[in-house]
Amino acid sequence: MPGLIGKKLGMSRIYTEDGNIVPVTVIEVGPCKVLQVRTIEKHGYNAVQLGFGVKAKRVRKPDAGLYKKLNLEPAVVVREFRLDEVGELKSGDELKADFFTEGEKIKVRGMSKGKGFQGVMRRHGFGGVGGTTHGQSDRLRAPGSIGASSYPSRVFRGQRMAGRTGNDKVTIANLKVMKVILDKNVVLVKGAIPGAVNSYVELIKK
Amino acid sequence: MFSLENILPAQQTVDYPNFKAGDHVRVHVRVIEGDKERIQPFEGDVISIRGSKESKTFTVRKMSSGIGVERIFPFFSPKIAKVELLKEGFVRRAKLYYLRNLSGKAAKIKTKTTSKA
Repeated sequence: MPGLIGKKLGMSRIYTEDGNIVPVTVIEVGPCKVLQVRTIEKHGYNAVQLGFGVKAKRVRKPDAGLYKKLNLEPAVVVREFRLDEVGELKSGDELKADFFTEGEKIKVRGMSKGKGFQGVMRRHGFGGVGGTTHGQSDRLRAPGSIGASSYPSRVFRGQRMAGRTGNDKVTIANLKVMKVILDKNVVLVKGAIPGAVNSYVELIKK
Repeated sequence: MFSLENILPAQQTVDYPNFKAGDHVRVHVRVIEGDKERIQPFEGDVISIRGSKESKTFTVRKMSSGIGVERIFPFFSPKIAKVELLKEGFVRRAKLYYLRNLSGKAAKIKTKTTSKA
């Protein structure tokens, strides 16, 4: 089982016994229901499909049919996790916060916050052009040259320019699980994770 | 907005006296030296209380051989053993950062006179 679906609730801090402060992200992890199990024999790959939350309204008709067949409540978020071996998992199983142990290192994957259309300085860390003196104006945050002239007479593919920034799929590795709170189904992970509050993330076991 | 308080209530380690900015306090801090633990007092004026819940802190300023020293204590830090309220001060603001620019008698906080009955 490589992972679970979680919901980012926000950040806070906890105190260790020796008085150190640890910044933590609070993530609600499920309960995640196993919807379907994919096997090599049947589907060509091993994976498990998990669902998070209960969708009460506006369930698409094809989905409604599927959930009826599975005899489960429609999920808000559905994610598939590849596995080496399916093992004992079957449809309807419930996975909770006890999936993780305190002190364990995990990966967290999610969509980062969208930043909109950004210039090259923010998007790619360019330094801008020159200084503010000697008559220069309007060039402080400019990208500079984007290539030579008559040869090659074109801009090379992959030239870094301004554009839409953020909203990328980002994985943060080696995040320590500081606390697992079973009755609230919440884990506290050291440090920050991608995405805005209330966004959905995947917590991946290594 | 979410609050960790509902999920994992911060454990208050000490009963704090009801102090505010301008008060003179003595904070007993647990210090670990090797494998021994001892208490180190830090005495000074509270110049700021900020934050809320698990992030709430207070700042204590004292003059140590002519040099101003400030320490920021989190309210929920397990390192604090005890806080004593020694003197109540009379001040008109919540943050006393202006004391940093004052020295000697000017930096002294007036003590509260008990109300005339």
